[in-house]
Amino acid sequence: MGEPILELRGVNKSFGPVHVLHDVDFTVRAGEVTALVGDNGAGKSTLVKCIAGIHSMDSGEVRFAGSPVHVHGPREAAALGIEVVYQDLALCDNLDIVQNMFLGREQLRGGLLDEAEMERKARQTLASLSVRTVKSVRTLVSALSGGQRQTVAIAKAVLWESRVVLLDEPTAALGVAQTRQVLDLVRRLAEQGLGVVLISHNMADVFEVADRIATLYLGRMVAELPAKEVTHSQVVELITAGRSGDLGMARPEAATV
Amino acid sequence: MTDIPAGTATGTPPDDRAARGAGQAPGPSRPSGAISDFGIDTTSRSSGEAVRDYLARVRGGELGSLPAVLGLLALVVVFSVLSGDFLTLGNIANLLAQGAGTTVIAMGLVFVLLLGEIDLSAGTASGVTAAVLALHLVRDGNLLGGMGSMVFALFIAGLLLAVVLAVVARMWAGAAMAAVAILISLLGLPANPWLEMLLALCVGAAIGSLTGFLVAKVGIPSFVVTLALFLAWGGVVLQFIGEGGTLGLRNDVLFAVANGNLSTLGSWVLFVAAGGGYLAVVLNRHYSRLRRGLVAPPTGLVLAKVTAILVLGAVATYLLTLNRSHNPSVVISGVPYVVPIVLALLVLGTFVLDRTSYGRHLYAVGGNREAARRAGIDVAKARMSVFVICSSVAAIGAIIYSSKVGSVDPQAGNGNTLLFAVGAAVIGGTSLFGGKARVRDAVIGGAVIAVINNGLGLLGQGAAVVSIVTGLVLLLAASVDALSRRRAAAGR
Repeated sequence: MGEPILELRGVNKSFGPVHVLHDVDFTVRAGEVTALVGDNGAGKSTLVKCIAGIHSMDSGEVRFAGSPVHVHGPREAAALGIEVVYQDLALCDNLDIVQNMFLGREQLRGGLLDEAEMERKARQTLASLSVRTVKSVRTLVSALSGGQRQTVAIAKAVLWESRVVLLDEPTAALGVAQTRQVLDLVRRLAEQGLGVVLISHNMADVFEVADRIATLYLGRMVAELPAKEVTHSQVVELITAGRSGDLGMARPEAATV
Repeated sequence: MTDIPAGTATGTPPDDRAARGAGQAPGPSRPSGAISDFGIDTTSRSSGEAVRDYLARVRGGELGSLPAVLGLLALVVVFSVLSGDFLTLGNIANLLAQGAGTTVIAMGLVFVLLLGEIDLSAGTASGVTAAVLALHLVRDGNLLGGMGSMVFALFIAGLLLAVVLAVVARMWAGAAMAAVAILISLLGLPANPWLEMLLALCVGAAIGSLTGFLVAKVGIPSFVVTLALFLAWGGVVLQFIGEGGTLGLRNDVLFAVANGNLSTLGSWVLFVAAGGGYLAVVLNRHYSRLRRGLVAPPTGLVLAKVTAILVLGAVATYLLTLNRSHNPSVVISGVPYVVPIVLALLVLGTFVLDRTSYGRHLYAVGGNREAARRAGIDVAKARMSVFVICSSVAAIGAIIYSSKVGSVDPQAGNGNTLLFAVGAAVIGGTSLFGGKARVRDAVIGGAVIAVINNGLGLLGQGAAVVSIVTGLVLLLAASVDALSRRRAAAGR
């Protein structure tokens, strides 16, 4: 059992009259893949954006590596070591792999871009993740396949000695072989001791790589269980009804948005 | 948790490694144990392979500035065949001065186009800076008298607004320059060409701060903002100079900007400084890559390229230091001042875009604004800054342009000024969709436009033919760009 690296307690978030997150508790453990599942509109992406500092939380407590923190923006989250790989890849087509991996955090030497050092580090990171599909780290992102782009986006997150990586549907747009590459990569991140959060709609993917499965239902965290202790159909029931046998909410029908 | 799914064990089959060939040197940065394949990054290529690789990329649609350079060469050949006067030294020097104004404005526009924005007001904004410059010179520093108290008050208020907006947006450089413009205007110091040029530059920065604030902070599309300002600045120029009036620039320094030449010694000093600097930068980058174990282009190829450029530069310098006067009693020789001006802006702009994180951020914002925002880049500030740069550089263009003409009239910066500048950037290879622009595009495209103007002028063709031909060349450039883009997309 990994150490909790990121803990959320009682997180609430509203957009105007819409109460998206209700007292959500969520724990990310180092060295584990925590799958975050839920139906469309359950609040998965909102929760991730709150963690990443893109949205502010209305109330709730965040503890990072045991101490309380307040994240007020993407840069502060990044400074803590929290990285997000977004569903719609946040890569620039007109820049190459190295330039994308260091975007916003360029390495400087004498005030100028240190291209050689960035290239070396980028290649080292890709190599450490056993990425073998890229011919050159100077390839423009526009020339990469969907799987390669996702790989670059994930490698970018790892480059910064990050401790928690949040992946928002990393395999949604990928083919079979490319999904395989990305899932392998997700697993390797956890093996390197990172806390990994995987948002996915694909139960096969979730059961393949996740150590724990956290289910959101209408903005409420209804279950957070080890993947080995639940079955595929139980998780589907939790996602769709908020309850499965003894698991989940006592009265899901009373839940409102 | 040790429950690792079976799919995780992805060792590379040993034959995979062997398949990559024995000739491949392992990258020095490759950590032991990890298996990676950066075939291109870790394999040094011979010059022949590098050239073949380049040709393959050109066929694949990555044309870069190749079409514009070839087009320029073709135009030069055509005009030198059709007109015996075209390739004379006097005409070439004249051509450089003619094209410099448009080229410089285009250089500023490159920054705006890089972000996928447009500045339609760059032309008339340059006209405003030229008008202020001319007023200050003609009225010996008394802008109040030149404009009338009401207009002067509004002028100062506009500059103050620019300072405030730039401060609000924390665009310190823009704020400082706009403040300097206020200072110069209020002090009323006697005419001094250097002071006037500084004033023009600072008024340009103030105009850019206004435009940039409206686009980046208020959120009005740049097309609309600059269309409105295009009209407004045109009116301001008319107001400053007066209907039917013309302000002559009777000053040696201002006249020399576009019409003067370096001495023979100065020309060679320029060649040594520029050529030496270029050589040092290229070789330093090449050998520092090799030293760090990164793959660099073949040394022979790099040296050949540098040598070719240096030889061209030396020949051009030599030719321009010959006497090109038709009148035996007057000697005209030396590299025109506009050459070092354009070169300096080219080097500075390229340096900013390629070697600083600010430049990298501009490319990122132009390529994918959302990605840039998520990477922590201040997108609004980046967008505002390019308008400040564009208008400031347009002021430099205005100085050159006014110097060439010798006066500033109410039509300064109006008409085709802006359109030729945008055309120059696009002909050079800049994309209007953003994310793809280099400062040298403006220089190559500006040269194409200058050659067309000059060549057709020598052939006795009027403005009608010049406009039609320039339009067709622009269309051709855009078509080449679109087709190569399609080819690049299809070849993926």
